[in-house]
Amino acid sequence: MSIGKSLPHDAAPLHVTGQARYIDDIAQPSDALHLAFGLSTVAHGEITGIDLSAVRAAPGVVAVMTAQDFDEVPDCSPSLGDEPLLATGTVHFVGQPVFLVIATSHLAARKAARLGKITYRELTALLTVDDALAANSRFENGPVIWTKGDPATAIAAAPHRVEGSFEVGGQEHFYLEGQVAAALPQEGGDMTILSSTQHPTEIQHKVAHALHLPMSAVRVEVRRMGGGFGGKESQGNWLAVACAVAARATGKPCKMRYDRDDDMVITGKRHDLRILYRAGFDDAGKLTGLEFTHLFRCGWSMDLSLPVADRAMLHADNAYVLPAVRIESHRLKTNTTSATAFRGFGGPQGMIGIERVMDHIAHTLGRDPLAVRRANFYRAMAENAGGRLPPAPPESISAKVKVEPEADLASRGRAASVGSHALPPDGAVQTTPFQMPVEDFILHELTAELERTSDYAARRAAIADWNAQNPVLKRGIALTPVKFGISFTLTHLNQAGALVHVYQDGSVVLNHGGTEMGQGLFQKVAQVTASVFGLDASAVKITATDTAKVPNTSATAASSGSDLNGMAAQAAAATIRDRMAAFIAEKHQVTPETVQFRNGMVRVAGEEYDFPRVAAWAYQARVSLSSTGFYATPKITWDRLRGQGRPFLYFAYGAAVTEVVIDTLTGENRILRADILHDTGASLNPALDIGQIEGAYVQGAGWLTTEELVWDAKGRLSTHAPSTYKIPACSDRPRIFNVALWGKGNREDTVGKSKAVGEPPFMLGISALFALSDAIAACGDGRTYPALDAPATAERVLAAVNTVRGRV
Amino acid sequence: MSEIAFLLNGTPVHLSGVSPTRTLLDWLREDRALSGTKEGCNEGDCGACTVMVTDENGSRALNACILFLPQLHGKAVRTVEGIAGPQGELHPVQAAMITHHGAQCGFCTPGFIVSMATNHANGRTDHDDTLAGNLCRCTGYAPIIRAAKAAEGAPVPDWMQTDRAFTLAQISSGGEAAGRGGQTAPQPGFRPRSSDELADWYLANPNATLIAGATDVGLWVTKQLRDLAPVAFLNGVTDLQQIERQGGMFHIGAGVTIAALRDFIAPHHPSLAELLRRYASEQIRNAATIGGNIANGSPIGDGPPALIALGATLHLRRGDDMRSIPLESFFLDYRKQDRRPGEFVAGISIPERAPNLRCYKISKRFDQDISAVCACFNITTEGGIVTEARLAFGGMAGIPKRATHAEAALVGKPFTETTVIAAQAAISADFTPLSDMRASAAYRLTAAQNLLMRYLHDLNGTHVSVLGVTA
Repeated sequence: MSIGKSLPHDAAPLHVTGQARYIDDIAQPSDALHLAFGLSTVAHGEITGIDLSAVRAAPGVVAVMTAQDFDEVPDCSPSLGDEPLLATGTVHFVGQPVFLVIATSHLAARKAARLGKITYRELTALLTVDDALAANSRFENGPVIWTKGDPATAIAAAPHRVEGSFEVGGQEHFYLEGQVAAALPQEGGDMTILSSTQHPTEIQHKVAHALHLPMSAVRVEVRRMGGGFGGKESQGNWLAVACAVAARATGKPCKMRYDRDDDMVITGKRHDLRILYRAGFDDAGKLTGLEFTHLFRCGWSMDLSLPVADRAMLHADNAYVLPAVRIESHRLKTNTTSATAFRGFGGPQGMIGIERVMDHIAHTLGRDPLAVRRANFYRAMAENAGGRLPPAPPESISAKVKVEPEADLASRGRAASVGSHALPPDGAVQTTPFQMPVEDFILHELTAELERTSDYAARRAAIADWNAQNPVLKRGIALTPVKFGISFTLTHLNQAGALVHVYQDGSVVLNHGGTEMGQGLFQKVAQVTASVFGLDASAVKITATDTAKVPNTSATAASSGSDLNGMAAQAAAATIRDRMAAFIAEKHQVTPETVQFRNGMVRVAGEEYDFPRVAAWAYQARVSLSSTGFYATPKITWDRLRGQGRPFLYFAYGAAVTEVVIDTLTGENRILRADILHDTGASLNPALDIGQIEGAYVQGAGWLTTEELVWDAKGRLSTHAPSTYKIPACSDRPRIFNVALWGKGNREDTVGKSKAVGEPPFMLGISALFALSDAIAACGDGRTYPALDAPATAERVLAAVNTVRGRV
Repeated sequence: MSEIAFLLNGTPVHLSGVSPTRTLLDWLREDRALSGTKEGCNEGDCGACTVMVTDENGSRALNACILFLPQLHGKAVRTVEGIAGPQGELHPVQAAMITHHGAQCGFCTPGFIVSMATNHANGRTDHDDTLAGNLCRCTGYAPIIRAAKAAEGAPVPDWMQTDRAFTLAQISSGGEAAGRGGQTAPQPGFRPRSSDELADWYLANPNATLIAGATDVGLWVTKQLRDLAPVAFLNGVTDLQQIERQGGMFHIGAGVTIAALRDFIAPHHPSLAELLRRYASEQIRNAATIGGNIANGSPIGDGPPALIALGATLHLRRGDDMRSIPLESFFLDYRKQDRRPGEFVAGISIPERAPNLRCYKISKRFDQDISAVCACFNITTEGGIVTEARLAFGGMAGIPKRATHAEAALVGKPFTETTVIAAQAAISADFTPLSDMRASAAYRLTAAQNLLMRYLHDLNGTHVSVLGVTA
């Protein structure tokens, strides 16, 4: 069995020798053309003049396009149809593409793109959440409000209350490979697209729409991305559509890649937001009532903001029972780049709010935050616990939505607004505030184990002693848990297809709808497939994701890649294996169930043949050795309009302990140690899972510490390059970094009983922020809560230190 | 000198007629179809384009995206395609990266591999420092460090040692020599062999751009898309690359790299060496020169504050005319220096001893970041009384600048908390810093004041840096 083995990433030997090819590495015909966008320089303005004469005259320029060149400007949006490829009269943010240069080289295109002379009549730019609130600029008629019980009364009646305002910054994906696409014209007007995308079907859909072609005339291929993190779910549409229209116009292959600065200016980032909170609680810190207001800065277009903000609401509870709660979610429209998907997809923003509340409560009561967190945990679930299930969820709403002919069905941005509603009261089976049963809550045991292995209690005491001895430097520690719902909340996206071939020599080819962005999906699915045939994973040839092989793919997103595609590939392989078994069983006059595929051999009726031999025989016997496989996630039904049902098949869990040190003179800070225990079910590949967890933790900690996006007063992004935007570097990782897997199988019937791993561990990084909060609290007398905003740069840490010391 | 000759993965290459500001990265990817070397940022910050360059000074990692082809003349370049053996044998760092799962998306991996192989060849085990210029967004670095450690003990493969044995003559006699043309436009740039040659040429071409490490000029080309002609490449001016010790002073040539300066200075000025450890990244330190750092005139360069605190003397040369000035007087105003047309920075002199020198750098990220505030302090005391104070700051004004009011508040006083508090107040009379993406004006001022308090604690032997704390 290759499932569960810690095998290296399938492309590792190619990665380390420089042979792994990314889109920009693939040789193009010598007549290929290169594209660059000319970008808007104002945040909001009416275009009053476009003079492109210098652009057209620049060396190497073949053609220049503006919105005027289209009868209908192609749209690049994954949701509302509000992202014209080239600005039509008005620009909505600094960096919006206004014209498209087609030139003989990448450099020539870039140089020419700077020569455009565009004049604007500047309009009022809404840059902040306050600007947008004041102007009531939003993507829905008003905030989405979900209420359960009567939180206002509960808070008023509570023995203790806290309230606050919490700023949480956005995050640049900083995939090392920037956005890139190429379009290769085919005979009869067909188009082949190479795109660094997490969502080939979305690219296919947008290109087909732009070229007025059926989807069948557009083929999209992606072998690998140099990182995605959500930034390649919708943001690649622009480049692919630009390449397609340019290739159509010129008849030549066209390639486009953003220079890093352009990439950071143009593309969306994680949503920043302000969280307002008010909580009532008892002497033990147990919540009685809670109110959240989420103020999401969504940027100029809708993109995926609605489901992102929904997921934040769905994770506002994290691991805690919310007896009475009101969540008000504002999706604000601003003249900034359109915020988009980023690992966690709103989950981190929702979760960090309740963790802030827990931290604030603990500070108010002078208790260990871990004790307060535990006091609020969901109940531990005994196996087969009885009780009344919530009312049967309605039929999936997605099946009933009226579909316009050109609707972007494969995008999670397309769903209608969820609306506001009251949530039903608790049943006997514990659920989240949104009626999702919490049947697998393991955080009591997991946290206890981590507390023990990390030596939390002793270290907490030692830190207090150390802090008493050190006037300048202070340490802090925090343990935070993660409970993250797994499935697309747009239910119909929870499907996947795969295609498996066995050749007459016994070699196997695998193809599925998932994309490889470094997470090791291809390796995991290959291990699943190989296991079905009893082969080594190395016997399975992995091939590029290709919309002509497996159609109607969902984005490789929402951590769903191996859950969905692993199951689909397993089904495809099982179909072929069963055919081979039936054939060889008949030949040996035994039942197919007795045939065994193990260690590269096929055992039947006491005989043993190697796999290639059986494949050759099956071929000669005219047995089909090719099959598709399909998977649709069971159980999930989510009524987005009523906000009820079971949006997730299961939860993934984890917890982290982070220890930090701060300098009270400068606010400089450092992560000293992190201990993580994370639940990936029965891991398909423990090494790859640990790699995901380590990387996600560091990325999550980066979000909350060094990664600061700064816009100036004119709405220009000041931090548009790695010289000014600081993702963690090598020495920023915790010097002591202990990561362990919980290791118990998923109670749901997932592939190999595994659990998704892509996003959940990102939120383990939240422990870093609250460790800093703990260290800052140690600087004061306990009366003033640090109220540390994120990212906790040296500047913010120093400000919070001064706050708790009463030196504002 | 029209032709550029170098060794590429063991094979001689001769180029003529190339643009002098053609980057190695673009040439590798576009002209040689060697696509293993990646473009991640095109400004020397991510390390995805790292290559190994070997010459008589040894092997070092450099960023190919801001390395111009003429800079490679007479050297040996090894890309990721040249790290495995001739029969495809994996280098120990490659094998370890596979075993330890050090690659996820793989895009940064070639750069890491080249950095790691270079460090391995040089016996370097300070992985956090040597890899600070290679960004990875997937792994969180832990498995990469595991791999680097695992490969430490393995012998350097034979094929990695051949570059050290090359000579320019070998390159010139190599295979691709035949058929190369003479001078064809554009000119590949002037490559002087001595400061005398440079002085004459620059006097005649005062509008030329002088390129030493190209770590800043590179961005004029890759980001500002400027045409720089005419240009001169200074890496052959070996007489500017010397450090001499004379009369209690170190005389440091302008062409000394930050890496070489760091190595040399560590026993003498450990705090400066620690500042230089955090100066950009290994790849940048290997290319950037101290002269470039000064001549550039940036208000946020880390070299000048430290050198001003040391009381450095700057040596300038124009033709045969040499002059020496206090370094701080070189910086006149934002991006404006006391440098005449045709005049270039020849070197600096600093004292051998300055036991009270302390250099502090505040940045968003500890490694490979630009200072929000760089504070370098150097006081002299006699009998407990401050007799001289040099407090120099970067990031606080349009130029690297001394805090003269604060210095005055220290001199003649005992170096105590009371004195420091008075000096802290005086700093607000010295500076009106700006707010930008690195820090607010208020933070800069507070941090500058607090760093003076840190200095007091530091000289008193109290631990003052979070970098010194372990769990």
